[in-house]
Amino acid sequence: MLDFFRNLDRRWIFLLMGLSVAVPILLQWQFPETPSALSQAVFDEVEALNEGDRVLFAFDFDPGSEGELGPMATSWVRHCCEKKLKMYFMSLWPVGQQMITDNIKRVIEADFPHLVYGEDYVNLGYKAGNEGVIKVIISDLRQLYTTDAEGTATDNIPMMEGIDSIKKMDLLVNISAGYPGTKEWVQFAVTRYPDDIRMVAGCTGVQAPLLYPYIPEQLPGLLAAIKGAAEYEKLVMDKYGGENPDAKYFEGKRRMGPQLVAHMLMILLIIVGNIIFFVDRKRGKRS
Amino acid sequence: MKRNVPLMVAIIAGYVMILAYFSPYTEGWGEKVMVWFDILAAIAFVLGGGNLLKVHLKKVSDRQAGWAYSVITVVAFLVMLIVGLGKIGVHPHEKYAHMAWSGNFSAIGSPFWWLYEYTFKPLQATIFAMLAFYVASAAFRAFRAKNFEAILLLGTAFIILLGRTAAGPYITGWFPDWIEGLEADKLSTYIMEVFNTAGNRAIMIGIALGTASVSLKILLGVDRSYLGSGEE
Repeated sequence: MLDFFRNLDRRWIFLLMGLSVAVPILLQWQFPETPSALSQAVFDEVEALNEGDRVLFAFDFDPGSEGELGPMATSWVRHCCEKKLKMYFMSLWPVGQQMITDNIKRVIEADFPHLVYGEDYVNLGYKAGNEGVIKVIISDLRQLYTTDAEGTATDNIPMMEGIDSIKKMDLLVNISAGYPGTKEWVQFAVTRYPDDIRMVAGCTGVQAPLLYPYIPEQLPGLLAAIKGAAEYEKLVMDKYGGENPDAKYFEGKRRMGPQLVAHMLMILLIIVGNIIFFVDRKRGKRS
Repeated sequence: MKRNVPLMVAIIAGYVMILAYFSPYTEGWGEKVMVWFDILAAIAFVLGGGNLLKVHLKKVSDRQAGWAYSVITVVAFLVMLIVGLGKIGVHPHEKYAHMAWSGNFSAIGSPFWWLYEYTFKPLQATIFAMLAFYVASAAFRAFRAKNFEAILLLGTAFIILLGRTAAGPYITGWFPDWIEGLEADKLSTYIMEVFNTAGNRAIMIGIALGTASVSLKILLGVDRSYLGSGEE
């Protein structure tokens, strides 16, 4: 038995991991989520805004991290729609533009068709330059954004009137999968103008430990990975879900099922690996 | 000339940025430099594309190991480029119906959108998802409690793995009030907020000092490594 595990072909591990992810998805295993203080803080930041306040969404992620970040983006957009906030979308990632379009279609156009493009929300699209873009738009947004993603001049977009820098935003929401992302927004926007720019963020699991040093002064709230998304989703849907909400607003919770089983498998594998290690060490000492 | 001009550009831009940070009178100069930076960053995409073609076409012509992958890379790059830039299959914008190229290149249903939705998106998600398989295999083979530090790391990993799912509260939720803080979810939050934050702050301070020293060397022209070796 021990020999089998000692020489375990890694394809068995791959198979187990595949099953531990596939089974909860197919059987729709879902587990309850209790919102953490950080998710509650994110929710409270959006709740504190008034109708007509401006929110800048920076979607700095791509399809590779959509599994982790997509559900929180959906919930955030829904929350802002419910609060009747003005939404400005932009991205520092080339494929972020598609992430913005996806969310506009999935949430705004599907469930809030009364919202008007250019008056209630605008897609400013992607700009190259990483933190260089942030440094410019904190003082002069119009220098870089002369048009929106569709090519319409920003001067002709009603909700862009009076917006000359991102300091005019009431809240900045960054969803980040790496560089450039939350760290750069904190360093080049929030830290430079702490009284003018308020920001909350969502990030991947591997990024979260790197962002904790900025909490709570520069970053009052943070949604860490799919768990953060599931917690925030619960807060938003508990308050605004209504009757028969669409399944897309529970994606975070749905994706926590495979995560739980996969984590359990990881723990089990580590334990088995260490049992083999200790048995071998003991035998080695004896011999 | 080939090295002196880029060197001067970098040094002047660096000093302007420092001045702009400390003096409000020169803030506008800093903005100008950053706008130029953003323009150059956009142009860098063209250089990047050219370099990608150069490297992979050379690999193909030399029949180096794995040249077939280079063929796939070049073909995929050119297809996306031509379909996107040429707006192939894109219908004109309804407002400007008389202008053939007025439609959005990534409009739903367009060939570029199709390529993105059904090739790029699933491929990228697949590559990212494969991490789970390799991490599980690596954890089984390498995560051993060999010494005190490894035991600490192992213990922390267990707590975080449990605390980040509903299993944590389920397994440890029965703890009595006086050891409530030891529940997996609370303990994982404590580890992240205290030990992780302290460690990361120390690393960040170290990085900041390192960055300041490297920046100073660049501004003084001592460090010229960013200019490359000068060889073709």
